[in-house]
Amino acid sequence: MPMQPDRQTENQASGQAGEVILSVRNVSKAYGKITVLKNVSFDISKGEVVALLGENGAGKSTLSSIIAGLAIPTEGQMQWQGKPYAPVSPSDALAAGLGLIHQEMRLLPELSIAENIFVGRLPVRSGRIDNLEMYRRAEEQLKRLGLNVSPATKVKYLRVAAQQQVEIAKALTLNARFLILDEPTAALGGEETDRLFEQIERLKREGVSFIYISHRLEEIARIADRVIVLRDGELVANFDSAKVPVPELVEAMVGRQLDRIFPHLPAPTHKPLIEVKNLSSAEGDFHDVSFSVSAGEVMGIAGIIGAGRTELVRAIAGADPVNGGSVSVDGQVIVLKSPADAMAAGIALVPEDRKLQGLVLDHTIGNNIALGNYPRITPRNWVTPSEIRSFATTAIKRFGIKGGPDQRASELSGGNQQKIVIARAISAGPKVVILDEPTRGIDVGARSAIYDVIAELAKQGMAVIVVSSDLDEVLGLSHKVLVMARGRNQGILSGAEATRHAVMERATA
Amino acid sequence: MSEITGQTAPKSGFISMSFVKKMSGPLVGLILLCIFFSVTSEYFLSARNGLNILDQVTVLGILAIGMTLVIVIGGIDLSVGSVLAFSMMMMGVMERQMGLPLGLAIVVGILTGAACGLASGLLITVAKLPAFIATLAVMSVTRGLANILTEGKQIVGYPEWFTSLATVRQFGFLSMTVATFIVLAVIAAIILKFRPAGRNLFAIGGNPEVARLAGINVNLNTCVVYALSGALAGLAAVAFAARLDSSQPSAGLGYELDTIAAVVIGGASLSGGVGSISGTVIGVFIIGVLRNGLNLLGVSPFVQQVLIGIVIAAAVTFDTLGRRRR
Repeated sequence: MPMQPDRQTENQASGQAGEVILSVRNVSKAYGKITVLKNVSFDISKGEVVALLGENGAGKSTLSSIIAGLAIPTEGQMQWQGKPYAPVSPSDALAAGLGLIHQEMRLLPELSIAENIFVGRLPVRSGRIDNLEMYRRAEEQLKRLGLNVSPATKVKYLRVAAQQQVEIAKALTLNARFLILDEPTAALGGEETDRLFEQIERLKREGVSFIYISHRLEEIARIADRVIVLRDGELVANFDSAKVPVPELVEAMVGRQLDRIFPHLPAPTHKPLIEVKNLSSAEGDFHDVSFSVSAGEVMGIAGIIGAGRTELVRAIAGADPVNGGSVSVDGQVIVLKSPADAMAAGIALVPEDRKLQGLVLDHTIGNNIALGNYPRITPRNWVTPSEIRSFATTAIKRFGIKGGPDQRASELSGGNQQKIVIARAISAGPKVVILDEPTRGIDVGARSAIYDVIAELAKQGMAVIVVSSDLDEVLGLSHKVLVMARGRNQGILSGAEATRHAVMERATA
Repeated sequence: MSEITGQTAPKSGFISMSFVKKMSGPLVGLILLCIFFSVTSEYFLSARNGLNILDQVTVLGILAIGMTLVIVIGGIDLSVGSVLAFSMMMMGVMERQMGLPLGLAIVVGILTGAACGLASGLLITVAKLPAFIATLAVMSVTRGLANILTEGKQIVGYPEWFTSLATVRQFGFLSMTVATFIVLAVIAAIILKFRPAGRNLFAIGGNPEVARLAGINVNLNTCVVYALSGALAGLAAVAFAARLDSSQPSAGLGYELDTIAAVVIGGASLSGGVGSISGTVIGVFIIGVLRNGLNLLGVSPFVQQVLIGIVIAAAVTFDTLGRRRR
């Protein structure tokens, strides 16, 4: 690794008063000709939570990978507790006391909590695994995090939030003094987020430092002490306090003013396009849900994780079985046995997880858009690659997707991937469009493009249903909001009734 | 912003280049093999030997067409060798013992194969067994049934016109069985590339949940693909019986592995969603040419096995490396 003289740069973000524990100096990273991180410098003090913000592709993951030993910087150097620090593997970083908690969990579902915590370094006594010792030490860490669960529980039985805490516990048993949390709240509900924040506070008091990466800007003021912002691989802003207004953060991230995020929606018609009556899930995930959405109307569905929102919309789209109740489109009751049935009736679903349910990542954009749309590409049941390409190109232009029809879907950013899934769904000419968490994991700048697409669908006379865990999004984007809790419809709010307070009250009922 | 365009331009160029590489990799290997044997053996490079190779790869080729479909949807069919034997025995029993006209017996043989494939398909879609286990079970059952039919004895005495299907070269050129293989390969290639039904198979292999949510009936398609693989095993049995002039319950032992090898050498991915008939045909010929050439050079069959194993490993290694580089 080439070393550079330690010099102060304009990019440097200095720490608050307190002992500097990690200092990063002029770190750059290039893959071939492409530079993903340019000359980044900052310090982090003991017991400090620093929020690291930036759009997807801004270099957040690269920076955290470098600190955690997953990537080696092309230039620059780091100091950890006053000594030069140049990890070449995650185990180097862990040995020094730095851990990275990934957005996607890296746990072994079939093993117990304790085994997951100690995997690779199981305590051994006289040639055998010392289960008692392992459980005792695991329990100690779980208690430290305020978790009341047996260390013998298999990880697959835990909820996402608890799994995440196992990851944190694992890092703590390695005596981590520094944790990088990558999107820790992406899959958490409000209560679980509060819990996590309490734990961060507790560890902070013990002197543990954090880099906190999140797309949820409202959280930043609550949990962070300082904020640093990356854009295009450069450190563009550092705020000495986390009490920064959200618009200012957004501006720093995207480099431009975002005056209005949500597009204007014209008033809906009074012609109900989809009517759901007393619908219940065959698996007990939701009960007796009724609502209707008119042409040109956007209905949001709010609720905490596990309230049955995704299950409800999947059932309406024919993906999961129903038990009782009815769904009608345009006054016709439809039989829902498969997604194909729902699509034939004019219902299109943009599913929750675009990587696992929305896209064949290894296939081209063209093939992804064409999937399920062949009858619309050609009436002849005979399709050539050039027909697919021109069909896809039309959709690419219409939805402003940044990519060509022959490019692989995996190479695109989250926002553009989401647009591919929407493009496929809309190409079928549906009357009702359901979007489940359409902006999850998508940068702020790209979100408004998705909002524009959603508003456009409503303007074209479709009935639109949007499920979102982002309260501002649900409220800003919808004519009315259906709130779910514990599998039931807790009320449909519209106009002045639809406030954050009213929604949260019903969501936690 | 100018930087972004600067990044994407060389990137897309690199992709299209590696696509060319990926397509031609197995073909280059085949050409190199042919050059090697042409230089080392005086008999290899002749029209007569070329036709011999075609005759020798026909059974493997017909099986490999079905296996390509199966692997494209992300499955695997371990039963084809045994299904081939069972279909062959059914055909023989129908003609020799039940007195059915041979034409009808051939149809029974093919339907037997289709039924076995459908059984695999149902085990996979209804009983939710992994394809590996389902077809392993069918492999065992059908091999047993093939032996039960005649208590392990072979069936001989087919009419002359039947064996001529494999031996007489029409217009001095192609035998009926080779022609069947070529026609089937062309039809399968066209379906996979140009028919929505074929293209949907790639989506199923790429991600079955995505395919289902896009309105594709994944279970139905899976059953059809396995039934086709079985039917093609039945057809391969007919071609094989004509070539052997008999039905053998031990026929096709281990063929499933050669078939899978041919498909994988041809660039298909066992994780599904990737593969082509043209690649598979090249894979079939790589195995066929290798066997033929090594025989001409007098290399022992044991050494041949070793060499074929090395070729499989090398072919798939290059393919994986090429993909990772992208």
